[in-house]
Amino acid sequence: MTTPLAPLVLGIETSCDETGAGLVRGHELLADSVASSVAEHARFGGVVPEVASRAHLEAMVPAVDRALATAGVTLADVDAIAVTAGPGLTGALLVGVSAAKAYALALGKPLYAVNHLAAHIAVDQLEHGALPEPAIALLVSGGHSSLLLARDIAGDVQPLGATIDDAAGEAYDKVARVLGLPFPGGPPIDQEARGGDPAAIAFPRAKYRDQTLDFSFSGLKTAVARWVEDRRAAGASVPVADVAASFQEAVADVLTRKAVQACRANGVDHLVIGGGVAANSRLRALAAERCEAAGIRLRVPRPGLCTDNGAMVAALGAELVARDAKPSLLDVGADSALPVTSVLV
Amino acid sequence: MLLLAFDTATPAVTVALHDGAHVLAETTTVDARRHGELLASSIDAVLTEAGAGRLDITAVAAGTGPGPYTGLRVGLVTARVLGSALGVPVYGVSTLDVIAADAAAAAGGREFIVATDARRREVYWARYDATGRRLDGPAVGIPADVAETIAARQDAPGSQGAPGGPGILAAGTGALLYPGVLGQPIEPSYPAAGTLARLAARQFAAGAPGTGAEPIYLRRPDARVPGPPKRVTVP
Ligand SMILES: [Zn+2]
Repeated sequence: MTTPLAPLVLGIETSCDETGAGLVRGHELLADSVASSVAEHARFGGVVPEVASRAHLEAMVPAVDRALATAGVTLADVDAIAVTAGPGLTGALLVGVSAAKAYALALGKPLYAVNHLAAHIAVDQLEHGALPEPAIALLVSGGHSSLLLARDIAGDVQPLGATIDDAAGEAYDKVARVLGLPFPGGPPIDQEARGGDPAAIAFPRAKYRDQTLDFSFSGLKTAVARWVEDRRAAGASVPVADVAASFQEAVADVLTRKAVQACRANGVDHLVIGGGVAANSRLRALAAERCEAAGIRLRVPRPGLCTDNGAMVAALGAELVARDAKPSLLDVGADSALPVTSVLV
Repeated sequence: MLLLAFDTATPAVTVALHDGAHVLAETTTVDARRHGELLASSIDAVLTEAGAGRLDITAVAAGTGPGPYTGLRVGLVTARVLGSALGVPVYGVSTLDVIAADAAAAAGGREFIVATDARRREVYWARYDATGRRLDGPAVGIPADVAETIAARQDAPGSQGAPGGPGILAAGTGALLYPGVLGQPIEPSYPAAGTLARLAARQFAAGAPGTGAEPIYLRRPDARVPGPPKRVTVP
């Protein structure tokens, strides 16, 4: 006798500029298909909501079809549909939510409208197995920078702190622009930083010593711009690698310090890092170093699972199905400001 | 046959089921902000009302706009997914043409326009002859400019607009939103999915291949290429 297979969950993600369709069974990742409109936003220096929404409409069905083909399954095999209901760009979210409802209707299968941030945490289960509870999560991307306490990934996630101004990824984009590097700024700054001295310039670390778990990156971004302008005004060349390395060091320093502080304050010894900035090499290295020193187990999914994708939504959906959570109703809406405390809508 | 039709390109979310001869069930809710919430449950409701199941659907039709983009896409992505998941053809029909099909009766043998809210003080519009055949458009424009354009064309030789006559007849909400500018309002204000279904059922019965659900946007996305980074230090 063989054990019955865990339910097959289709996950759909359209909260920003990636159209994601993922297929997950339990903790097993079967397919993760992502179509990105990032190239269409590059010349605007940031994500243009209407451009993203148009791209989602075009990419939706092909992304799901690709995921099915990769996994070697058909729609008839799908047992449940999960979708990001928020937070994110309203128009973009609505494409995914509407698509997910249509799949649920056409297949006669349950729908789970879930929280994007909780999905960023749940995705780690596809790589490192069941998530220890409680765990602290540090989520950093172009759209969010927050510290969360996940007592129960399927139902109890509490915010501990968040950025009070720019998201960390946004600061990367703006600094990249000042340095003449392309959008999105994360990868090129990471690349440049490898050849630079992280201690070359002492950029400010806001809220570094305060007791809150909030972040602020606006002052850092301005400080970098000011430094570069002063340098140019003085007729000197700008040491791009040193600026990139020093800026990146400041970001990684603040993020990892606060993450460790969050673990200590809550007596939690597991830290999950997710979001696009989790792909940053310095953040990963410094987090590993500081967690090791503090006796904290660090879990960071591989870069492809850190950025927005459908597999993370399917991973959270699979967890909800496994725990017999009540499916969402067909009239569920998208919520651009969905609080992280609402894991399932 | 069982054709499922819906339109979300105006403040109305309208859904109908058609068996090739008749509308079996139809529901319309006017709420400009809740398309994403209303559409799927309205589809569920018409299926239940008609005593039909999802697998009975043999074709899908969607209004393709023009209309405010977020609502429009709710309908179009739903149509594409249903077509793909059920393995049935999808037909797209311009939302303005659907309104025109019902407005022809109210126009009483005269040509007319359909104008809907395009926001930003503009309207989406198209011009039709007395039988509901499209003559111009769809296009987007400022109501006063649209009225001027229409007046000039109605006066053109061979057109049905009589010079010095009672002016433009306009279906859709455009004339209601801009009273005295866009002409005399006629019914209907919103598209009816039953009418959309009737138009698409003809194509389906004639064996026409699905036309897909392609959005009529008419405007480029609002986005400006930024100049060089703004200085943070005062020179
Ligand atoms: Zn994200």
